[in-house]
Amino acid sequence: MFKDVTLGQYYQADSVIHRLDPRVKLAGTFLYMISLFVFNNIICYLVSAILLAVVIILCRVPVGYMLKGLRAVLFIMIFAVVFNVLFTEGDIIWEFWIFHVSAKGIKMAILMVIRLFLLIVSASIMTLTTTPNRLTDGLEMIFRPLKIFKVPVHEFAMMMSIALRFIPILSEEADKIVKAQTARGAKFDSKKLTDRVKSLIPLIVPLFISAFRRASDLALAMEARGYHGGDGRTKLYPLKYAARDYISYAVLLLYIGAIVSLGITFSRLTAFLLQFFAGSHLGTVLFWLF
Amino acid sequence: MDIIKAENLIFEYKRRDEDGNIESVERALDNVSLDVKEGDFISILGANGSGKSTFAKHLNAILLPTEGTVWVDGMDSKDEDKLFTIRQTAGMVFQNPDNQIIGQVVEEDVAFGPENMGIPTEQLRERVDEALKTLGMMEFSKKSPNRLSGGQKQRVSIAGVLAMHPKCIVLDEPTAMLDPAGRKEVIRALRALNEVEKITIILITHYMEETIYSDKIFVMNKGKIAMEGTPREVFKRVEELEEYKLEVPKITLLAHELWKKGIDIPECILSDKELAEALKKLV
Amino acid sequence: MPITADHLTYVYGGNKNLKTTAVDDISVSIDDGQFIGLIGHTGSGKTTFLQLLSGLIKPESGTVLIDGEDIFAKNFDLHSIRSKVGIVFQYPEHQLFEETVFTDVCFGPKNLGLPKEEIESRAIEALRLVGLDEGIYSQSPFELSGGQKRRVAIAGVISMKPKFLILDEPTAGLDPAGRKEILGLVSKLCREQNMTIILVSHSMDDVAEYADRILVINDGKLAIDAPPREVFNHKDELESYGLSLPQVTKAMFRLKESGIPVNTDAITVNEALSDILKVLK
Repeated sequence: MFKDVTLGQYYQADSVIHRLDPRVKLAGTFLYMISLFVFNNIICYLVSAILLAVVIILCRVPVGYMLKGLRAVLFIMIFAVVFNVLFTEGDIIWEFWIFHVSAKGIKMAILMVIRLFLLIVSASIMTLTTTPNRLTDGLEMIFRPLKIFKVPVHEFAMMMSIALRFIPILSEEADKIVKAQTARGAKFDSKKLTDRVKSLIPLIVPLFISAFRRASDLALAMEARGYHGGDGRTKLYPLKYAARDYISYAVLLLYIGAIVSLGITFSRLTAFLLQFFAGSHLGTVLFWLF
Repeated sequence: MDIIKAENLIFEYKRRDEDGNIESVERALDNVSLDVKEGDFISILGANGSGKSTFAKHLNAILLPTEGTVWVDGMDSKDEDKLFTIRQTAGMVFQNPDNQIIGQVVEEDVAFGPENMGIPTEQLRERVDEALKTLGMMEFSKKSPNRLSGGQKQRVSIAGVLAMHPKCIVLDEPTAMLDPAGRKEVIRALRALNEVEKITIILITHYMEETIYSDKIFVMNKGKIAMEGTPREVFKRVEELEEYKLEVPKITLLAHELWKKGIDIPECILSDKELAEALKKLV
Repeated sequence: MPITADHLTYVYGGNKNLKTTAVDDISVSIDDGQFIGLIGHTGSGKTTFLQLLSGLIKPESGTVLIDGEDIFAKNFDLHSIRSKVGIVFQYPEHQLFEETVFTDVCFGPKNLGLPKEEIESRAIEALRLVGLDEGIYSQSPFELSGGQKRRVAIAGVISMKPKFLILDEPTAGLDPAGRKEILGLVSKLCREQNMTIILVSHSMDDVAEYADRILVINDGKLAIDAPPREVFNHKDELESYGLSLPQVTKAMFRLKESGIPVNTDAITVNEALSDILKVLK
């Protein structure tokens, strides 16, 4: 029940992507995600997809394993498709009650699926190839300037890293508690919503108590090992840029440049061409492409 | 010099009501005095609630005495300036292996203590590898702690303390949640640390078998030191131990019963080898 | 009626490469009133086996029969076996959740849909059986000592009056006196309440002392099924499974090796004692 949480889990492998500085990966993923939202045409998505494909090949994580994480968001994807197909205004192909299907709606839905797919795969590559500790190190470094405004950057990073470490432990524990309470006759699959919510109490209370107990144990263990916040702490793996990181930044810049120029060129070009070829076959082709 | 010295140590847990008034006072440690020589392997035995965990937490300045004093390597645990030196001198390992591993990867966890001490990066690498090698966990250095067995997790925790280069390691029931194989693993590691690295070990447990190799055993009962001595001196007092909700190893019990029946063997026997030797003379 | 496992097999992990057979073709029948000791090293599949027996997970193949009924059959209502098979997990005190000891113990019987008087009388009976006195009924279970919490949790299971009581290392983390108390309680439930007990333990001394039949599980398979004395005579086999002998049995083997003519089938201190005395006289 709770054991399928693969989202955010590190996959150990020895690849250039794994070795990249987490700051590069964070910045890269962030910019990549934004690039997916700036332009909405197939050529740009094609470029994005090629870059992603290269990264997937380089990172040596089995594709099947990567796609397993997608199952969790399948529902959101289906919802986005249905919503776009049924509610987008445009030249109506088919209509029923408040729903209207248009060519534009179908196009939007297709683009949405591609976009979500690229988005989720790119994000999961980051978490699959970066240990959460490196990830939080990266975040801590990137947001370090905020310290001037008294933002507890180190503390947030530490909290995140601990939370991530305890997710598998707590999910296993939840599984055990569900079984224990089931054995005591509890039903977690009641049809009535109110019963269902009520039935969660025997699960949630022990889980909370366990989380608190673990938290206080952990705080004690950290204190015993001399933890006193981020000041004066050194790092086993301090973040230092290597040649591959600079190269990656260059690739990233190139990619952004390509997307922006392609996006602008093609959107202008299509707008221009569509004026002439509206209604013809070429016009239809152009409509679907850009 | 004594690495640990406690003098008339008293500790009280105060329970307060909603207005902050003291509702009840529970005395967890009642006038405990003891010395531990550097390089010794010490065991502290006691039933649940006998105060042994509370005592352990004093050795690392996690708890401070209500009355009396604890010295760790000559430093008064109440001296705030020495707090981090004390915690580095007397490292601590706890019971639940899952709740004391901070890192997501074994080596990152082992580095946590020395990182807090501000050890430069190059030396961190050395310390981590050295600690992992000593505990025989080098091959797991890049693994997630969640994939390890209980015994292995505890060895990681010990490595994490060892990387801080302590003079003394205090272990609060490190084997209570482990299976027999894991318990053996941990005890063997501790004996090696004591014999080879000359690190003082203070092992808190309620498994008697684990303590037979100690230089000295302290038995706690209701917040007091009820017995102290070598394993042989302590384990021959079978009936008294039972009063403190403890029991002697089955071999020792068997030998004790034979001795009571008038068989001419030593009063306290700790292993089956000793028993065989003693009985061979009689057959 | 007995509880029977019939060619029970359970496989972990959907991914083909990661698949491990946790329980591999186990067939065994346990009669009413027996005290079964279940041993096997960590990861041998004992916990999975227990969860199958209590219908908490479904097997890949094979089935479990309780009172002659196939509990994994399509139309079978699994909820109905909760009153027959009770399971006490490791560290059962971690499932306590109610505000008072008493209401927590009532949780099980309440789920069975019993009338209020019956629920309460069962809770009182269960709390008495585990030796907790009335003074703590209205206390929060979280304020009790470790040993008391564990007894409340066990009461929460036996208040459902199961015929089969499965306990997964019920003594873990307790001190010697606490261990003795819990094991004494379990053996009392077997003798006085005629419950069938399946006790998982890492302590060979404990199963040697209490069980009248031992199941040894290794690598998901049922490796040995015999009375304690017989099981502990398979010294080499047990060691190859990562298990050991009761301390006294080990000592008796040692004595024999050094030329003292004792029997090696003693499994408790008293047996060893009389055996050694016989040899010396």
